Amino acid sequence: MIFLYSTYNELIKIALKPRSYLGLAAITGLVGIILFALKADGMSMISFVTASFEQTLRFEGEVLNGNLVAFIILQMLIVHIPLLVALVTGDLISGEAAMGTLRMLATKPISRRQLLGSKFLAGGIYTLLIVIWLGVLAVVVGRWLFGPGDLMVLNSDGLVILQENDVLWRYAGAFCVAFFALLTISNLSICLSCFSDNSIGPIVSTMAIILLFTIIGTLDVPVFDPIRPYLFTTHMASWRSFFEDPLPWESIRNSLVVLTLHHVLFVTVALFAFNRKDITV
Amino acid sequence: MSNPIVNIKHLSKHFGNFHAVQDVNITVNSGDVYGFLGPNGAGKSTTMRCMLSLIQADKGSIELFGKSIQKHRSEILSQVGCLIEKPDFYKYLSAFQNLQIFSRISGKPSTKKEILDMLEFVGLQGREKDHVSGFSHGMRQRLGIAQTLLHQPELIVLDEPTTGLDPQGIIDMRNLILRLKNEQKKTIILSSHNLSEVELICNRMVIIHKGKSIVEGEVHALLNEEEQIIRLQTSSDSMETLLAFLQNHGTAIQINDNSVEMNISKEKIPQLNAQLVHAGIPIFAIEAKRKLEDYFINLLAS
Repeated sequence: MIFLYSTYNELIKIALKPRSYLGLAAITGLVGIILFALKADGMSMISFVTASFEQTLRFEGEVLNGNLVAFIILQMLIVHIPLLVALVTGDLISGEAAMGTLRMLATKPISRRQLLGSKFLAGGIYTLLIVIWLGVLAVVVGRWLFGPGDLMVLNSDGLVILQENDVLWRYAGAFCVAFFALLTISNLSICLSCFSDNSIGPIVSTMAIILLFTIIGTLDVPVFDPIRPYLFTTHMASWRSFFEDPLPWESIRNSLVVLTLHHVLFVTVALFAFNRKDITV
Repeated sequence: MSNPIVNIKHLSKHFGNFHAVQDVNITVNSGDVYGFLGPNGAGKSTTMRCMLSLIQADKGSIELFGKSIQKHRSEILSQVGCLIEKPDFYKYLSAFQNLQIFSRISGKPSTKKEILDMLEFVGLQGREKDHVSGFSHGMRQRLGIAQTLLHQPELIVLDEPTTGLDPQGIIDMRNLILRLKNEQKKTIILSSHNLSEVELICNRMVIIHKGKSIVEGEVHALLNEEEQIIRLQTSSDSMETLLAFLQNHGTAIQINDNSVEMNISKEKIPQLNAQLVHAGIPIFAIEAKRKLEDYFINLLAS
């Protein structure tokens, strides 16, 4: 029961902290700008992409529809969401250590494991809310402004055209995988937060790790080939697999396994560190 | 037979090569206001932190309410309210919201009315919606006391609760502790290096020095309060007359041009006062000197 109360406390603290709304505001602003840009000049952008296919294919209907708009938004924004997540979750322990409230909490009849668990759960719920908000803005508002239609996706294998009635469930799956990937960021930043007594350190460290792993993942150097499949950043974009036809279930499963291993690693390290952290000063 | 609430035996804790606490033994009975005395760095806070399981002791046993704190931490802490050094709160939340947060994980969540009543008890009525960021140190200290008491604990642990308070704040805090003692019959453990505070409030005490408990027992018994040092103030013209008069009542030591100090049995003070008036010696003040100060200094020196 005390774990549920503690989780509720953590959610209240997140909800009443002004910085928690930075992420939601940033997503709203960025999606708004993309929607405005696509509404104003989207066709010329689409024509530029479809020009190379026009000699072999004939497009009928609205290519620039809500489903394509949602895909473009996801593609453009999903790389920025980790920063917005870490901004809140990286502060959950180190911020309290800096304020001194962690010491106050430690005098209550809640174990450190329960306290940390409630912070992981609250961080996960915040991440879920960020993803849901992005989904609402991208899919719901996108379809409302641009209308539904078939989705045309250009990926490494070529052009994939998905029928309108075959798209929504793919978005649902894509957002679930995107959430699972972002949960890794949330867990990583909370884990780093256990090692710090100031709120900036874990946020900057989380971004530095993402940057480092992304560079290792994209550098075309053979020496990194053995570790590349095991970096969580390699699997951050696995949500895109839901827009391939047929669905690469094997690849999705592999991504989920690697991400799950990272979740377990970060939570275990955090538990170990938090149980030994001096929170009395 | 008194009922021990806290029973600490042979407690030791070291940080690296530094022995913060060595073989400390403490017994706090139900209803006690128990003083932890000692200079800065003596080991008072470390003992309290071990007692509350905030840090692990290296040796010894700690029992609260007859149960080991290591084995029954949650159960025990739900009956304990504590304020360790300065109280820290969520500055972006109001006083009411802060109390709600701490109350939910105290083992006995409080109702809105209970929280408002507690804010009134500590003198923060009308400030419940104000953000803690705007509170003075004294107000935060009182809010700290409120979060300590909110779940109606049996045992209250206050680690240097008057540190950083102004004189009025110290008096308010002292009165608050006395109200807890007299009205609510709480068992209170109070750490302080303010000697007069301990002398005024506590009935039992331990003096800790260099990590060791030097002496433990009843404050009155330790200070031998049958005897009292008093300071008398007169005019410089009357000083010789006063010294001659006091020769019949004991040994008086002249402190300065118009003050003398003497050791006297407590019940003889009114009689001495009457005789001084009768002898026509002008006395501007008779004040009792705090004995704990001398006791403490002598003890540490020895």
